[in-house]
Amino acid sequence: MKDSDLKYVGKDAIRIDGLEKITGAANYTDDVDFGASMFYVAVLESPYAHANIKSIDTIEAEKYPGVRGVLSGKDFPERFGLYLKDNAVFPSDRVRYVGQHVAAVIAVSEDIAQEAVKLIKVEYEPLPVLQSPLEAIKEDAILIHPELDKYEVVPWLYPQPGTNIAHVRKIRKGDVEKAFEEADYILEDWYEVPHVVHAPMEPHTSIAIYTLDGRLMMWNSTQSPHTQRNIIANSFKLSHKDVRIIAEYVGGGFGGKAGVNMEVIAAAAAMKVPGHPVKLRYTRKQEFQNTSQRQELHAYVKMGVKNDGTIIALKHQLYWDVGASAEYGSNVVNATGFSATGPYRIPNVWIDSFAVYTNRPPCGAYRGFGYSEFHFGIESHIDRVAKAIGMDPVEFRKKNAIRQGDRVAYGVEMGPTGIHECIEKVTESIEWGKESKTTDPNKVRAKGLACVWKAPAMPANESSAAFIKFSEDGSINILVSGMELGQGFMTAMAKIAAEELSLPLAKIRVELPDTDRNPYEWQTVASHVTWSCGNAVRRAAVDARNQIFKTISEAYYVEEANLYLEDGKVKCYTDPSFEIPFEKFVINGIEMPDGTFRGGPILGRGIYMPEFTSAKVNPETGQGGHPNVHYTTGAGAVEIEIDKETGRVKVLRMAEAFDAGKAINPDLVKGQIEGGFTQGLGTALYEEVYFDKEGRVINSNFTDYKIPTTLDVPEEMHPIIVEVPQPDGPFGARGVGEHTMIPVMPAIANAIENALGIRLKKPPFTAEKIVAELGKILINK
Amino acid sequence: MKKEITFTLNGFETHVEVEPHEKLLDVLRDKLGVKSPKYGCGRGECGACTVLLNGKSVRSCIIYAIEVEGLEIETLEGIERDGLTDLQKSFLEHNSFQCGFCAPGIIVTTTELLRNNPHPDKNEVKEVLSGHLCRCTGYNIVVDAIMDVSKDKVGGKI
Repeated sequence: MKDSDLKYVGKDAIRIDGLEKITGAANYTDDVDFGASMFYVAVLESPYAHANIKSIDTIEAEKYPGVRGVLSGKDFPERFGLYLKDNAVFPSDRVRYVGQHVAAVIAVSEDIAQEAVKLIKVEYEPLPVLQSPLEAIKEDAILIHPELDKYEVVPWLYPQPGTNIAHVRKIRKGDVEKAFEEADYILEDWYEVPHVVHAPMEPHTSIAIYTLDGRLMMWNSTQSPHTQRNIIANSFKLSHKDVRIIAEYVGGGFGGKAGVNMEVIAAAAAMKVPGHPVKLRYTRKQEFQNTSQRQELHAYVKMGVKNDGTIIALKHQLYWDVGASAEYGSNVVNATGFSATGPYRIPNVWIDSFAVYTNRPPCGAYRGFGYSEFHFGIESHIDRVAKAIGMDPVEFRKKNAIRQGDRVAYGVEMGPTGIHECIEKVTESIEWGKESKTTDPNKVRAKGLACVWKAPAMPANESSAAFIKFSEDGSINILVSGMELGQGFMTAMAKIAAEELSLPLAKIRVELPDTDRNPYEWQTVASHVTWSCGNAVRRAAVDARNQIFKTISEAYYVEEANLYLEDGKVKCYTDPSFEIPFEKFVINGIEMPDGTFRGGPILGRGIYMPEFTSAKVNPETGQGGHPNVHYTTGAGAVEIEIDKETGRVKVLRMAEAFDAGKAINPDLVKGQIEGGFTQGLGTALYEEVYFDKEGRVINSNFTDYKIPTTLDVPEEMHPIIVEVPQPDGPFGARGVGEHTMIPVMPAIANAIENALGIRLKKPPFTAEKIVAELGKILINK
Repeated sequence: MKKEITFTLNGFETHVEVEPHEKLLDVLRDKLGVKSPKYGCGRGECGACTVLLNGKSVRSCIIYAIEVEGLEIETLEGIERDGLTDLQKSFLEHNSFQCGFCAPGIIVTTTELLRNNPHPDKNEVKEVLSGHLCRCTGYNIVVDAIMDVSKDKVGGKI
């Protein structure tokens, strides 16, 4: 299909969940009513970051009026985890971070549960606390998981028993030491990115019922209904058919609602009180310290270049603080290990990416899956190297930026990329090269830029499936298990089906996930559902169309090849008067002259699984496999103004361009760019989780942990779409959701250096830090 | 300790039995089935639970239900009872919201603003909305939708 023939894909439209959301009709998990038989769960949290559990005494709590059950580690000894089974519903041996759930109370009201949980007595024996990956990786560090060798793990992760290393991903390409000898200029330095939180507006919520006939039903705020079903069914030894996960609208995920989090507690509690729904809704404080955070990264970067600006060598060592569990975060470490060159063609590469356990909350997926963190170091470094050899950082990036057909660090050929066009568009939009001026002597302005690439981090056999169900009036319901997180998934799926079936959006609904009714989807993560689930929906639509053609062909004796669809009708190239509307036959079939019928309900089926990916690589070099499906590339730039008296950084305007392949929803892609930029702005200027020396989070609320508001965003935003088609994407599409956040930290850091000559190597770039740096300059003068 | 309170909820006289420590948000959601105000932080920081109390926007997560005896409470359900307002239509046309969780609170606060000042300028809008956290959008698309109503509509349905 030519671009000019498209009627729905690539055209702006009102999002199909829009009306539900502006009327308040949209249900989120906490909005579902469960009636008078519902019980509530309260959890007991560890006050220690690291301690042996000597004893747990629940007797007083059990006797408290209104309590219906108490749970602790002895009830559910099974370990669970997505990639590495190092997590427990409740630990029975030791606690590994402050806030870790140790026990829970089920009671008839939330108040009673909260009171009773205080009556549980736990005796702890405190252990040394590790809060830095650089400490935890030392040989004499206390082991946080002494039984690491006993944990079940996927074959492509390499835990190092006897250490605190949960996984290491190595990439070796060329001869990096020899290349450093040949380099004209070498720069080495360290960069650090602290823990931040997702802070979705909707806290994690889970309601579970273990029915009297033995099935587990759950309503979860989740990005991963099928993955949750799999983990929960396996952990609690239930048949998958007996576990049902229903997901209402999710009030923001950003990776924080991927995999399994607190839902296992609701499941465990439900199994203790069959027949009663039990509910656990996190408080905002729990949302900060009990759900996964973003990893902290300490990165060592050494880059060697020739005088003409060619990058010839990169050594990049990444020490990730994955917290007390690496069940999900180990894959962040893995994925970034493969891609830690950034979007550049570099012949000699040495990458070590270490997942290091500490006594901090477990870390996991966070929009960008580690790419924001390592791009901060690489893109800061690139600017410094370019300037050191006297090149414009934009020209330096253009010279080294990867092109289709280049080999990435693990040996696979780079696919189609519009990165050069993205750089062009962004620099044009931000007026790169034109001096940023202000008449205010206390202020200074400057611009900064960063490039981006990111691949979806997925198991090689991730997959998506879709059903398209017709109804009597010719309307359709699309059954998928991708999740609408706000990114516009439903509208994208509707448009893909609309295009293939030539059916107006008003006749299409896309259903929220229900693992009983909707077919399989791995998870809504990795910016992959537009591509993967989009392919499945497209195939389902084509399947339905083929059934329609077959029915019409059999009933009217018309060649299938002569039939086409237009605006909900079947038409014929050879007979302009031929016109059969869908509602005439899509359920009841077509009546023949003898009173018999042809056809029947139209039901499209489509699946997609990439069959070219493989995680089987040489563990010592990273070579030999095909771990990623494709890369989405882009660039971002900012113009900032700094108040030299207060140190406050204000972003005046931004431009970001991404190669979406084909934007199914152009206006919603632009919404992603503006929103992702703003989330990145928070991590660049304000956001950091602070821990005290005992490992307690001390800013677990929105007063002490500031996220951007209307007053913090730039007045001028330039979201730009570039379209170099992805050959295996639906209509050429690839994902862009996460990428929009990635350039912001380094682009702002680069702008700060351009403004003040100060190189900041750890975000957030708070006013205090800028003032302190300016003070140092004054003292030195 | 339970006490029956009487107040006006979205135009109707409402009676409900509450404990002295119960928050207005929980009573609205769990006892009266009014679900548009959301729990986001429990500390009045995020704005997701915003309702109008005698016409003024308040955070229902930090108000005791017992305090609203004899007063008027209006939520999004009440604001839209006679059909979509121009403000809602503008939000719809701009695709202003993504996950939508913050939308009811933002609509309630903006409705209050437009009732008192039908033509606010951009800075006033940004200032008023600075107490509403949204983690999905870049805010400008929300502000643009409000500015369209502020600019274009004279005496429209707010």
